[in-house]
Amino acid sequence: MKRLFWLLPLLGFAALLALMAGNLGKPTEAVIVSHMIGKPVPDFAFEGTAGAQGLSRVDLAAGGPPVLVNVFASWCLPCAVEAPQLQALADNGAIVHGIAVRDTAANVAGFLGKHGNPFTRIGMDVQGRMMLALGASGVPETYVIDGKGIIRFQHLGEIRADHVPILLAELEKAK
Amino acid sequence: MKALVMALLLLLPAPGLAADPVYIADVPLEDPVAEARAKALMAELRCLTCQNQAILDSNAPQAQTMRVEVRERISAGEDPEEVRAWFVERYGDWVSFVPPARTDTALLWAAPFLFLLLGGVLLARRIRR
Repeated sequence: MKRLFWLLPLLGFAALLALMAGNLGKPTEAVIVSHMIGKPVPDFAFEGTAGAQGLSRVDLAAGGPPVLVNVFASWCLPCAVEAPQLQALADNGAIVHGIAVRDTAANVAGFLGKHGNPFTRIGMDVQGRMMLALGASGVPETYVIDGKGIIRFQHLGEIRADHVPILLAELEKAK
Repeated sequence: MKALVMALLLLLPAPGLAADPVYIADVPLEDPVAEARAKALMAELRCLTCQNQAILDSNAPQAQTMRVEVRERISAGEDPEEVRAWFVERYGDWVSFVPPARTDTALLWAAPFLFLLLGGVLLARRIRR
């Protein structure tokens, strides 16, 4: 019995090794949810592009209906993938604003010409600072912002067809 | 004819130039003390797109944006811990490589000392025998 007792640390070490070996090669892509949900949108004001008016905090907090704010970029492939879904949301009566991150006017115009333009307003965030302000960890991300400018919901990654009703429901909830 | 071809060629878009995303410059702060403080913090903040890399040595555009944010806040006189708190407010404890010292992390911080104590007790019993 006593001899077995001294085997315990060795067994513990073996268990640790097994745990580590089992986790080798497993991707550890944590999903970083924004901690800004429930908080007001930080102050910002961006110039417009592609014929659309710019976007600022004042526009979002003006007391209108809840809106979707889509963080996108012309250099982002999933943004092109989600373009039909954004259009579907706009067709269902959602107001969709865009924030173009680290982009140029020419590239945004080209992107919208190719994939359609569902946006009411577009803000040019040349430095990509708005992503930090919103707590965004990548592009694209879509936020539901209520009439008082409070962030109510965050959708990470591209919007797929089954996400459209979820986002419409979140817009309804934010009213 | 040659002139016409040249003119038409000029009308073609230059793909390499047009497709490049816009990057902001990574300019060190003028004050070396502030720059050192900023860099020390950058080594402890996690890059969001290239996870498990610090923003100090990441090439990701968002890491660069985070470096600009850190430098601006440090040069505006903010304490590095205040800047860290600003990032934690947005992304949670996850964004910082240094675990916070709170009651729910007390075991984590105390563990090395507990193991040292355990080892000491075992050793003492061995010697006394």
